[in-house]
Amino acid sequence: MSDYSLPVSTTIEPGVPALELDTFLERLHGWVVTVDHKRLGILYILYSTFFLLIAGAEALLIRLQLADPHNHVLSAQVYNRFFTMHGTTMVFLVGMPFLFGFANYIVPLQIGARDMAFPRLNAFSFWLTAFGGLLLYYSFLGGAGLYGVGNAPDVGWFAYAPLTARSFSPGHATDYWALALIVSGFGTLGTAINIVATIISMRCKGMTLMRLPLFTWLLLVVSMLTLVTITPLTAAQFMLLIDRYLGGHFFDTQAGGSSLIWIHFFWIFGHPEVYVLVLPAFAIANEIIPVFCRKAIFGYPAMVAASVAIMFVSLGVWAHHMFTVGMTSVSNAFFTLSTMLVGVPTGIKIFNWIATLWGGRIRFTTPMLFCIGFLFQFLIAGLTGIMLSVSPWDWQLHNSYFVIAHFHYVLVGAVVFCIFAAIYYWYPKATGRLMGETLGKWHFWLFTIGFHLTFDTMHFLGLLGMPRSIYTYQPDRGWSFLNLVVSIGGLIQGIAVLIFAYNFVVSYWRGNVAGDDPWDAWTLEWSTSSPPPVYNFEELPEVHSRRPLWDLKHPDDPDWEYEL
Amino acid sequence: MSSVQINHPERAIEWRLPSKRRVGMSALIAGESAIFTIFVVAYVFYLGKSVTGPTPQQVLDIPIVSTICLLSSSLTIWRAEKAIEDERTASFTLWLAATITLAAAFLTGTFVEWKKLIYHDGLTISTNLFGTTFYSLVGLHATHVVVGLFLLTAAFVFSLFGRVDSRQSERFGVVALYWHFVDAVWVVVFTVVYLIGR
Amino acid sequence: MHTVPTEYLIRFGDATVCFLRTATLLAQDRIPTTLAPASTPAHQIFDLSIFVVTISGGIFLIVGGLLAVALLKFRARKTDPAGEPAQIYGSTQIELAWTVIPLLIVVILFLTTARIIFAIQDAPKPTTALDVTVIGHQFWWEFQYPKYRIVSANELHIPLSSGLAHDATFLKLTSADVNHSFWVPQLAGKTDLIANHVNSMWVDPQRPGLYLGQCAQFCGTQHALMLLRIYVDTPEQFAAWITHQQQPARQDPAVAAGRRVFETQACMNCHTISGTPATGRFGPDLTHLMSRETLASGTIDNTPANLRQWIKSPDTFKRGALMPAMQLSDKQLDEVTAYLETLK
Repeated sequence: MSDYSLPVSTTIEPGVPALELDTFLERLHGWVVTVDHKRLGILYILYSTFFLLIAGAEALLIRLQLADPHNHVLSAQVYNRFFTMHGTTMVFLVGMPFLFGFANYIVPLQIGARDMAFPRLNAFSFWLTAFGGLLLYYSFLGGAGLYGVGNAPDVGWFAYAPLTARSFSPGHATDYWALALIVSGFGTLGTAINIVATIISMRCKGMTLMRLPLFTWLLLVVSMLTLVTITPLTAAQFMLLIDRYLGGHFFDTQAGGSSLIWIHFFWIFGHPEVYVLVLPAFAIANEIIPVFCRKAIFGYPAMVAASVAIMFVSLGVWAHHMFTVGMTSVSNAFFTLSTMLVGVPTGIKIFNWIATLWGGRIRFTTPMLFCIGFLFQFLIAGLTGIMLSVSPWDWQLHNSYFVIAHFHYVLVGAVVFCIFAAIYYWYPKATGRLMGETLGKWHFWLFTIGFHLTFDTMHFLGLLGMPRSIYTYQPDRGWSFLNLVVSIGGLIQGIAVLIFAYNFVVSYWRGNVAGDDPWDAWTLEWSTSSPPPVYNFEELPEVHSRRPLWDLKHPDDPDWEYEL
Repeated sequence: MSSVQINHPERAIEWRLPSKRRVGMSALIAGESAIFTIFVVAYVFYLGKSVTGPTPQQVLDIPIVSTICLLSSSLTIWRAEKAIEDERTASFTLWLAATITLAAAFLTGTFVEWKKLIYHDGLTISTNLFGTTFYSLVGLHATHVVVGLFLLTAAFVFSLFGRVDSRQSERFGVVALYWHFVDAVWVVVFTVVYLIGR
Repeated sequence: MHTVPTEYLIRFGDATVCFLRTATLLAQDRIPTTLAPASTPAHQIFDLSIFVVTISGGIFLIVGGLLAVALLKFRARKTDPAGEPAQIYGSTQIELAWTVIPLLIVVILFLTTARIIFAIQDAPKPTTALDVTVIGHQFWWEFQYPKYRIVSANELHIPLSSGLAHDATFLKLTSADVNHSFWVPQLAGKTDLIANHVNSMWVDPQRPGLYLGQCAQFCGTQHALMLLRIYVDTPEQFAAWITHQQQPARQDPAVAAGRRVFETQACMNCHTISGTPATGRFGPDLTHLMSRETLASGTIDNTPANLRQWIKSPDTFKRGALMPAMQLSDKQLDEVTAYLETLK
């Protein structure tokens, strides 16, 4: 805790007697009608946590089924629904809402604003996303499927045509998939518009774009990318519904339509989408690593340039998901090259993080531990990504467990690790209490061990020829032992997450009081009280460098004299 | 915050940021452009690939009048914008009325065209690839025109009640931005469907 | 009833046995592994992959090493002086260096890869190569040999190759319904089967034997059991197989009753038996059903008991397969099974 005095931004009524607490219903009503970015951020995060537990349970059941060949935990039909729902949920109802939830909470505070640019749009977007998620899950109950009760989509999270045509997917499973994602897609679009407008138009005095905290910069990039990422999927899903209900022929191979055009449109969404998911992880690491090694981020302008480069280049790599569909050799070569190129700015970021750590004084708190895990795992994930970009090798590895291992290394090893780091880091700001460090470390180590047991092993299953999306496998293929190891790792991760959930809930009442700035950090959100008042800042701040609190804590050595 | 006076060159900073409304609408336009691009790509990809049914050459007439109406409406809405910035409210109302009329004329033209295609030529969304891609793309655009028409009509009604003055010029500017986008999309759709595609 | 710990002990025991069997199976070429290539495309991919792994491994050791060193060397210690460490905001030279070096690595990797892409994809097709057409169905494989006028299913026979291109097998792939993918890792990378679109690939297996694979693009309920068995025959074996497959179906009068069941119970709507009125194309060609080792695209062994049960209720083995249970009586089942058993 540093010792400095700031103009007060904590509660301004010291002598006023405690107001009568609202009744429970009044408080609930307050949450339902809120347009306050902090409350909406918390709603997004709670929503994502809920779906994280559900999708995690789906994963555990999948792993239980695959632990043994010819197992009978899940039938083929139910398994296919589970892996479809697991993927769809994790991407749309966990990944994106978590990251937009953090954006909602942190961005206005970091740029010295009182709220987002469009608070009502913010609320509307949240409730659209929430409704979309509930619609997707209602599919388990709604309507009558071909094979029994409940109708959850079972076409894989990328729902390739023509498997999704009425003739191959009767009933309403696919419709729930398309509609739920269209609805929550509009919510995502609204939030992206809001974040862009907020960051561009509501920065406090002195905060030029090159003085934005990197968390905010990256979320600007992510939101701009989202605008042109989610919309192709929405368009393709409209086309799918036109095919299914209005007799359209977009993907009808009998009428000259093409399954390939769905694949192209899906991946034109799908690839930038994974950057939408991973860039916020970088954003989080950019905040946490400097604070816990006590140094400014190394190479801020390069980090910005690399992020913008990733945004643009990621729009041109989508067909590396399609190396096996029969594109020409020239196309395959082009997308190999573009994919390798997008690895360069990404790699540069890793070097910048290491250079930040170099010469610092590293404190291994729980958020920092998760960021360190992120660094190692993202390095490996990037390298397996390069392996997959080598299209001939991808002809072997595509749709195998090697790919599943790679993308879980990114989505769990990088994104989820950073989400955990972010929660431990900003929980004190949002609640005024620190989460338990001991439990945090148990969570970290167990989760890391389970993660590696599962996902390191999976790479080998892919190399040994095991494809994805299979509810069982033959015992004579030699995959049984490795599958068991993978499943055990999953259980360990599950236990770790339960420890985390306990810590998350109990610390609200029993955690140590955090104060305004428990980590001795440098960005504007740490100048407010914990939790911040509803108006965020008593007076809107004026900044002169990238680390306004560093300038205040070190008036003899302010950042603006050194910044490049 | 930071009321401590630290000696620093940039004392009284000029701090003007872009209007959040314009930024928001531009962001929306970026997203919508992506949606239209996908439908245009599908249209172009499927040119000549229909297995049956009427072809564009056989049934499409170039909608010259509708197009002139829609593109002129960009002109009239620009005049309306200028009028309200200068607080010429009567002029504003007239130019806005002109815009609405032209937009309605465009939609009428579309309605007439579609009536002919459906009842006379037998082309529906389920007839063949041309039908599917044509109605989706042109229909998506027409939907955006309808939404624009709602916004313009709302502004018109407000102005009839004397509620619109130069303080709303920025808000109206955002509607105008949307409207210009709709017109720009029509230029692309027109070129692809009626010029290149026939 | 075992207690839970006993269950797990048994599971662990099973797992150890599995592990050991894996090692043995590896030696027997039964694992569809990418690491034991037997055909030129698979070899070229494998060699390329070793190169890529070496470079990636080097990068991992250097970067990971630096990270590990940083974490150890710069951890906060109680003996650290008060205040913050020196703040370093960047260094143009270092940043330039670590931009240029990765770009160079990309150039090398790309050029190496491009060579292999063209070598495999654009390999010229010799006139003496064998042509096979593969058509994917939910959830079985159709194989046609246009030159020999043979149609078969699920178990592909191709000749051994010398590796000199002239005796390679060139496959044309398409689908009758949804997307599938043909993947036999030891022979080549996978290629998708897409309706209304013909893909091509080639293999030149240089070791005889059985190679396993399976569908690698999710195609519906029983995607997991759309298995592939590729038999690489010596030239003599292959010639004999071709000759045998070209014969029309055996007409054994002893099983006339079963043949009548087949022809009157709608089996012929879906299946073909050459030389008979059965010309259905929805299901596999059964002319030489008994020349196959498995049924239901590799799911079960081809035994009379399995065959009878399959016909009685396909759901027993492959729930979601598109063959309906034909509601035959026991007598009809016995007769038709006996008939099919003669289709060698």
